[in-house]
Amino acid sequence: MNPVIDYHALAPEIVLSVTIILCLLVDLFIPDRPRLVPQLASLGVLAAIIPVLTLAVSGTDVSMFGGAFVVDNYALAFDGLFLVVAYITLLVSFDEIADGDYYGGEYYVLLLTSVLGMVMMASSRDLVSIFIALETISIPTFVLAGWRKHDTKSNEAAIKYFLIGVLSSAVMLYGMSLIFGFANGTKLSVISEYSAGSPPALFAVAIFLTIVGFAFKVSAVPFHFWAPDTYEGAPLPVTAFLSVASKAAGFVALLTIIRFGFFNSSDSWQPLIWVLAAASMTFGNLAALRQTNIVRMLAYSSIAQGGFILVPLAVAGDITGPSAWEAVLVYLMIYAAMNLGAFAVVMAVSRRTHSTEISSFAGLGRVDSVNAVMLSLFMFSLAGIPPLAGWFAKFVIFRAVFDAGTTAAVVLGVIAALNAVVAFFYYSNVVRRMWFDEAPEVVSSPRPASVALTLAIGITVVVVVVVGVYPEVFARLGQLAFASG
Amino acid sequence: MTLFDEWALTLAVFLPLVGMALVLLIPRGQETAVKAVALITSLVTLGVGVGILTQFNYGKASALQFSVNESWIDVINSRFHLGIDGISLPLLILSMLIVPLCIIYSWNHFPEPHNPKAFLALILLLEVGMNGTFVSQDLILFFIFFEVVLLPMFFMIGVWGGPNREYASIKFFLFTLFGSALMLVAFLALFFTSKEATFDMVKLAQFGGSGIDHTTQLLIFAGLFLGFAIKVPMFPFHTWLPDAHTEAPTVGSVLLAAVLLKLGTYGFIRIALPILPDAAEAWAPWIGLLAVIGIIYGALCCLAQRDMKRLIAFSSVSHMGFVMLGIATLTSFGINAAVFGMVAHGLITGMLFFVAGSVGERYHTREMSRLGGLLTQAPKLGWILGFSAMASLGLPGLAGFWGEFPAILAAYEPANLANGLFGTSNLVTFRSFMIVAAIGTVLAAGYLLWMLQRVAFGKPKPEFEATHIHDVHASEWIAWTPILVLIVVLGIFPGLLFSITDGAASSLTKVFGG
Repeated sequence: MNPVIDYHALAPEIVLSVTIILCLLVDLFIPDRPRLVPQLASLGVLAAIIPVLTLAVSGTDVSMFGGAFVVDNYALAFDGLFLVVAYITLLVSFDEIADGDYYGGEYYVLLLTSVLGMVMMASSRDLVSIFIALETISIPTFVLAGWRKHDTKSNEAAIKYFLIGVLSSAVMLYGMSLIFGFANGTKLSVISEYSAGSPPALFAVAIFLTIVGFAFKVSAVPFHFWAPDTYEGAPLPVTAFLSVASKAAGFVALLTIIRFGFFNSSDSWQPLIWVLAAASMTFGNLAALRQTNIVRMLAYSSIAQGGFILVPLAVAGDITGPSAWEAVLVYLMIYAAMNLGAFAVVMAVSRRTHSTEISSFAGLGRVDSVNAVMLSLFMFSLAGIPPLAGWFAKFVIFRAVFDAGTTAAVVLGVIAALNAVVAFFYYSNVVRRMWFDEAPEVVSSPRPASVALTLAIGITVVVVVVVGVYPEVFARLGQLAFASG
Repeated sequence: MTLFDEWALTLAVFLPLVGMALVLLIPRGQETAVKAVALITSLVTLGVGVGILTQFNYGKASALQFSVNESWIDVINSRFHLGIDGISLPLLILSMLIVPLCIIYSWNHFPEPHNPKAFLALILLLEVGMNGTFVSQDLILFFIFFEVVLLPMFFMIGVWGGPNREYASIKFFLFTLFGSALMLVAFLALFFTSKEATFDMVKLAQFGGSGIDHTTQLLIFAGLFLGFAIKVPMFPFHTWLPDAHTEAPTVGSVLLAAVLLKLGTYGFIRIALPILPDAAEAWAPWIGLLAVIGIIYGALCCLAQRDMKRLIAFSSVSHMGFVMLGIATLTSFGINAAVFGMVAHGLITGMLFFVAGSVGERYHTREMSRLGGLLTQAPKLGWILGFSAMASLGLPGLAGFWGEFPAILAAYEPANLANGLFGTSNLVTFRSFMIVAAIGTVLAAGYLLWMLQRVAFGKPKPEFEATHIHDVHASEWIAWTPILVLIVVLGIFPGLLFSITDGAASSLTKVFGG
């Protein structure tokens, strides 16, 4: 029996794979033109967006490989998100990689491989394909985290990330193998059918282990310890990529597995995710309050933001409509724009100051008012202050909470509301340093930001402002992604 | 509908935004151009306001006029719905009037670190938020505008403020953010529990909470209450106010007192009362209690202040207590008094902050023990201070009287509800409040006259004897004259304002049998 292969539906993956191979070959045979690889990589990512659009227009769902790989609106929405995030990550990488003493070619190959895994992830509907996609995402990022190989912090970052990554994979695989044992299949639809019956108590343990594995990947408290060190040690573009793209991929995996597989046994996963969400928001925020380095602060803030994304998942079992799923997608899209934007500005500024300490941002408003305005916008957006996009991200979370309407949901909603206030304190701290403080006298060798970095900041700031004022754009996308499901 | 009817409110809200964009485009060096653009924008916006005043149908003040209802966020059923009635109109005009006056006042003396471009851009952004809040008829839209106000004020206090500006600005922001987070949660709860999933204030007010069970109503009202009460601010949520006022630059204090505080009281009248009338009846005695505590507490705090601005800030707590007392009676008389009180307090306290700022600028201190003899050194400034203090203490014939006195009177005959506090009837409860509030007016006379005596009377202190104190500048005259005139006009012809608000207030309180 030959598997039916729809090449149109696989086109994004194929385009990315071809780009990866081309990048490798170009780097190998044309080494004297270092700018060719990055250009090729970004063209490849943009080209991969085209089939995503054509598929979305055609509107027919395609299911392949016995239902393990499905291309529907849901998959396409996340494909689009991942590819756009990848493109912006490439834009912010150019300067940093070209200036440092790095192997440029391999960087782009590894980055694109990880993106390939993400695009696969969005379509996976089977434990095995989910796991393979997840490892395709993770393994290149282990290497990327250690990219500054002469820097011990970067080495530490890579090792920590690698060890925790392997550990979490092991825990997850153990859980998955138990599930396979019970459900007698790895396809999510099979698992869903099985869990609709009355599964034994041990099945809950299997779900628990699987979700704990994902909790490591999305750095939910108490499985977050690797994140701040890894984020601080890795090169900045990699940190941006880890905290946005690979985190989003982890959430997509979690969303897929809960929505299509575990949904019927909500008693087993809802309490667990409730605790993870509450702990991540609270501890992420409290730890972020104490940070003096902006990258570490963003690391802890991304843990807290992750907690917010878990909130709709923690109440999803009590909602009949798609509002919880929509909330995850919309939140991820907005979070991607504002966090990438924040990282891009930090990179632009640190090119001049050579520091990521928050104190080095003092008086930026007077020295470099454009970047200061941009960073202020991203910080306020992350804090959820209207009319910047972040408010709508918080809004969809609260909407899901009240859609569920249970006591547990409302309590979680109140915890989220209080955390939103706490978060403002540390986000605004950066803003206060920039505008309220005097600039230090010494200004070291300025290196102007490149066109690419400026473009990345431009794209993200437009998203943050436009979506903030007219959220219908993303809200509609979210609705379409889950319309037929 | 004429073209003006369709576009007036949209223009009123977004013209300042256009002005802000223009201000940002002008190079920083061309200060005169920056100031001119900002002033012209705010004056054109005021012109739109005057147009609205002439076109407004006063016969149907309870109906929404100048409505705009366009689709905005369909996915959550939230629409771009604007409109004004007799309650919003005076506040919208107040906001439109105060902004150009603030720009004129700042003309030649921008506070340190100067930078008129950023300062004026922030004022215009602030106006977008303030005007937008007063005309929104959709909860989400209201929320957005309510929050838009925060950022400019945060920067205004934090960048141009006094020595303790950083603490004051973050405190101001965190308090309000806390309230508005809970307010948003309450809005969502309304969306999901009311008969139709909508954020439209008009529809929600028509439902009047029917279909929502009583306990849920009480909880939702509590969420709304926190959001608005922090903004007003009511005792015990007022602690951000003295800090914010004291540290803010003069214009910031004026805008804060004149308009921003009204966003909270306006929220009560526009949202909390009509949408959840049953819960409002249940909470009203408690709100009244907090209001009278605020009146007395604010007044007593005033008597303990050394800084002129801080004294005026606490007097705001006391005066806003009268406004909240009027609202808590749930009668049309009380609501009328409250709206009048808001406008009067906006003008009078705004004026007092102007004067305090000018005094501080001339003497480089606002410490009342170091001041004295303002009347001999700068007689006109001294007289204006005296006039404003008289207006603030509620002297009949000036605007302040019509905010305070009817509020007290309204407490004599509150809405006919079953329960008051501590086992007494609502009538007894509010009549006791009335007595306490009346004592508050005596205290108000006390602290205001005491301030006047220390600042204006007597001889200048030795340290300032030789200092030349410039009397009122031309720009100050231009900025202050309209306010002074309005204080007198509204004091003599209160009917001008009551006739606008009355229709809307009585239709709003019909549900309470008032």
